[in-house]
Amino acid sequence: MKHLLDLQNLAPDEINTILDNAVPMKQILNREIKKVPTLRGKTVVTLFYEPSTRTKTSFELAAKYLSADTVSISAPSSSVVKGESLIDTAHTIKAAGADVVVLRHPAAGAPYLISRRVDASVINAGDGMHEHPSQALLDIFTIKEIKGSIAGLKVVIVGDILHSRVARSNVWGLSKLGAEVHLVGPATLLPPGIENLGVQVSSDLDAVLPGADVIYVLRLQLERQNQGLLPSLQEYASLYGINSRRVELAQDDVLIMHPGPLNRGVEISNEVAEHPNAVINQQVTNGVAVRMALLYLLSVGDVSNETAN
Amino acid sequence: MKLLIKNGTVIDPATDKPFQADVLCVDGKIAKMAENISSRGVKTIDATGCLLFPGFIDMHVHLREPGFEYKETIASGTRAAARGGFTGVAAMPNTAPVADNAAVIRFILEKAAQSGSSRVYPIGAITKGSQGKELAPMAEMKKAGAVAFSDDGHPVTNAYLMRQAMEYARMLKVPIISHCEDTALAAGGVMNEGYTATVLGLKGIPSAAEEIMVARDILLAEMTGCALHIAHVSTAGSVRLIRDAKRRGVPVTAEVTPHHFTLTEEAVLGYNTNAKVNPPLRTEADIEALKEGLADGTIDVIATDHAPHATHEKDKEFDYAPFGILGLETAVGLIFSELVDKGVLTLNQVACKCALNPARILGLPEKKLQVGSDADITIIDPNRREIVDPKDFVSLSSNSPFNGFTLKGLPVATILDGRITMQDRVPVSTTN
Repeated sequence: MKHLLDLQNLAPDEINTILDNAVPMKQILNREIKKVPTLRGKTVVTLFYEPSTRTKTSFELAAKYLSADTVSISAPSSSVVKGESLIDTAHTIKAAGADVVVLRHPAAGAPYLISRRVDASVINAGDGMHEHPSQALLDIFTIKEIKGSIAGLKVVIVGDILHSRVARSNVWGLSKLGAEVHLVGPATLLPPGIENLGVQVSSDLDAVLPGADVIYVLRLQLERQNQGLLPSLQEYASLYGINSRRVELAQDDVLIMHPGPLNRGVEISNEVAEHPNAVINQQVTNGVAVRMALLYLLSVGDVSNETAN
Repeated sequence: MKLLIKNGTVIDPATDKPFQADVLCVDGKIAKMAENISSRGVKTIDATGCLLFPGFIDMHVHLREPGFEYKETIASGTRAAARGGFTGVAAMPNTAPVADNAAVIRFILEKAAQSGSSRVYPIGAITKGSQGKELAPMAEMKKAGAVAFSDDGHPVTNAYLMRQAMEYARMLKVPIISHCEDTALAAGGVMNEGYTATVLGLKGIPSAAEEIMVARDILLAEMTGCALHIAHVSTAGSVRLIRDAKRRGVPVTAEVTPHHFTLTEEAVLGYNTNAKVNPPLRTEADIEALKEGLADGTIDVIATDHAPHATHEKDKEFDYAPFGILGLETAVGLIFSELVDKGVLTLNQVACKCALNPARILGLPEKKLQVGSDADITIIDPNRREIVDPKDFVSLSSNSPFNGFTLKGLPVATILDGRITMQDRVPVSTTN
């Protein structure tokens, strides 16, 4: 695997390889000294054209725990604000000799563009409404860690499906591993044609929740109200907010997940956020482990092939 | 000056069926059509196996001059027209400055006269600066040579203003060409709305964004009596609306582009910015409806919406790349490969859609291949094949989604005013 651009084009085997490699990485995180020399001499560049705390920190920690050198470029402080194109930024990174580029970008497809221009491996850390593959991988890792396997699980993803790259990547990944995926949201936030992805689509949350093994709550961007997509946040919360009553509708051992950051009282109630079945913090920890596995597989995977030859 | 075209098959809808003839052009006119005209001492083109059409007119191109000469110039764009088999092009006004006054119209005509590769018919803006606020001086532009009015690319959102524009244009007996797009419904969209856009994470443009404005402008044309021409029809719903309007006798005509009758939205897969165009590439069902509309006469014209953009502009994130596809140099090949070979259009219909109808809509001299008519001739070899390679383009730009396509049926010579402007797929420099 040279790049991680999406889950759409990943085979189930490749997804499982990443998940398997994240297990020993998680063990490293539990050690007193969380550092191994695996990626010593490698350079990881994080290039973020959108604000992000969790994903960026997670990738940087993952790189540091593996002893890679990290450079972080954020749009507001870089030449991006001077009008440099993504292509030219890519050339600069190439000239500087990065091994892995982690790209977050507001435009869908930007990671493909840059992957064609640099020798480095490119990881898509979220591109527009398209995909956020490392998030879905950490979500799937978390589900698998607790439930043992993915096949046959009923996963209900609730919220703003239309704008969600997290939802799209999870649909691809979970479906490939055999989960039964349901997408629930108001009609204004369900993208056209999404049912062709082999998922169940509904706007009636209470009808879908019975039997759910996982409730995946998407963050609602508060500006959706101004865009005419929602009458009010209160109405959204009453129709699609995950509260204790709704958790009761699902399986007793239902997992409650959220990619963060949370809007408590909108898409998730305070009680549910603190519910024993909520694994939101575990997702964050697993994020570092999964990203360590990704950095390892992308930057060292090739070397072992070369020595084998 | 004399030119003899030997052994070609003449396609002229005014005559019943195609016939074999030699065509002798003298001083810009067709002087004689007969079998076995002697070629002694006369410059001769051998058109054996080829079809002779009245010179094709592309009534929708962007020549980019003045203002964007790095994308295309009047000289390069008209050379691309000649290479594509066109003897005339109608140039949209979205230049910088906008062609919203007589001075810019005159500038375009002067530049075109210097170039000499094809006739250029300027289209004036409907509103000043194409801002959609105040009417542009249409009468002055008409006097200077404008053949139609359009705010192509910047649809007139205000129905009141569009009504006034149509009243005024009717008075001048000049058509309004409408780029139909409800900008609020299409806002932020970069491709057709649907499954493909959803998977790519790109914002879609629904068919209704086009159809709402087609419906509005048909109603305004019905009310005002103004000749309305709908640019680049892309949806089945638009075809239906136009068909119904024509049945009711509304003075409406319409065009389709080769990319809209050839490609679906899937051409965008892989974030191919060369397939980013407005209106967007649609679906198989839309293509079928467009072909039906061409065959039954609902759609009168094939026009390319030739829209050159520089490589550095297209080589970008999909959201940030400009809309537009090159058209002039691939149009005839696509018309023959997709429409003639597949039995959608007869050769007579091709002559109508590419020459007679655009001339009639724009109020230009009638297009025909008869003794005494202008010696504007498009010569096509229906069996010639070529793989599209942007290196062969004479346009300054190369933003074509057809790169690598094999086309069958290509223009092999273009005759303008009795002069050769293209021969054997290569433009011939001309001086007036």
